[in-house]
Amino acid sequence: MSWLDYFRGRRQEQPASATAAKERLQIVLAHERIGRTREDFLPKLQQELIAVVARYVAIDPGKVNVNLDRGGDMSTLAIEIELPAPAAMRVAANAR
Amino acid sequence: MAQVVVVTSGKGGVGKTTSSAAFATGLAQRGKKTVVIDFDVGLRNLDLIMGVERRVVFDIVNVISGEARLNQALIRDKRVDTLSILPASQTRDKDALTKEGVQKIIEELAKDFDYILCDSPAGIEKGALLALYFADQAIVVTNPEVSSVRDSDRILGVLQSRSKRAEEKREPVKEHLLVTRFDPARVERGEMLKLEDIQEILSIPLLGVIPESESVLKASNTGTPVIMDAESMAGQAYTDAVARFLGEEKPHRFIEAEKKGIFKRLFGGRAA
Repeated sequence: MSWLDYFRGRRQEQPASATAAKERLQIVLAHERIGRTREDFLPKLQQELIAVVARYVAIDPGKVNVNLDRGGDMSTLAIEIELPAPAAMRVAANAR
Repeated sequence: MAQVVVVTSGKGGVGKTTSSAAFATGLAQRGKKTVVIDFDVGLRNLDLIMGVERRVVFDIVNVISGEARLNQALIRDKRVDTLSILPASQTRDKDALTKEGVQKIIEELAKDFDYILCDSPAGIEKGALLALYFADQAIVVTNPEVSSVRDSDRILGVLQSRSKRAEEKREPVKEHLLVTRFDPARVERGEMLKLEDIQEILSIPLLGVIPESESVLKASNTGTPVIMDAESMAGQAYTDAVARFLGEEKPHRFIEAEKKGIFKRLFGGRAA
């Protein structure tokens, strides 16, 4: 930084981005190292869960959302299955 | 017994070829009979960095396909007489490399050389896998930057599972970390990953730290391995790293920010 920069207003301290880099790397690598030895189970998990739910409720396989948030201390797996409206369920039940 | 050393990184552009050229030259300067092989078939560049691009007649693919003998393809360096270069092919693609072909070449080179350096292409495709397959040791080139560290971790996983040593369940490939393009001033300002952080994340022994330096570009412009520029910080850092590789104790240099004098503070200035 040369003295001209003082006039350009570059004096204010920025938060240290290197710390963020380290934390992000530690989290992503912790997960990737586990994944190296185990195959990706998510697609299969999703299929099996849907199959179980479908045994009890008529669901539209297109209306299923699976979200994974990998954190340092805790990861969350959110599976959202949209159930059909009561009317549609009755139709489905009568059809059986 | 010849040692096969792969210079690898996963990510491109981190300094594999620069480091391969510097290490090969450094080992040869120390009297070790050294050959450096370019595995980047289709995108060869080691010849340019080594300054032998006008002397390439045959390449590794010609040797594998039987169109040329190994001796005809090897280029003897004119600066260091214990150094040879085996260039990659520029016209073929990586499928021209076969495991059997590479094995034959390495076995033949092992009769005449102490060190066989394999300059890996980027990625984890065929060329990179073959470059590391026969390795006894690996130099993992990493920049202090998230994508490079992640890719280095990935390539370490590949070394530990898909190298010949791993497949035969022998003693694992000996891993060395070489951090390149390191800028102590930016680390001090908290803008760049610290050395300890990179080491902690990758947890392999640190072989050397090459500072970001203008001399690397100058060296590649003229086809002179940067280790031959004894004035430059990068050249000296490579010389130290080679010494450590050969088992010498050398303190790490160029890892602390330079204390700038009043003149540099006023007018700025860049590392040589």
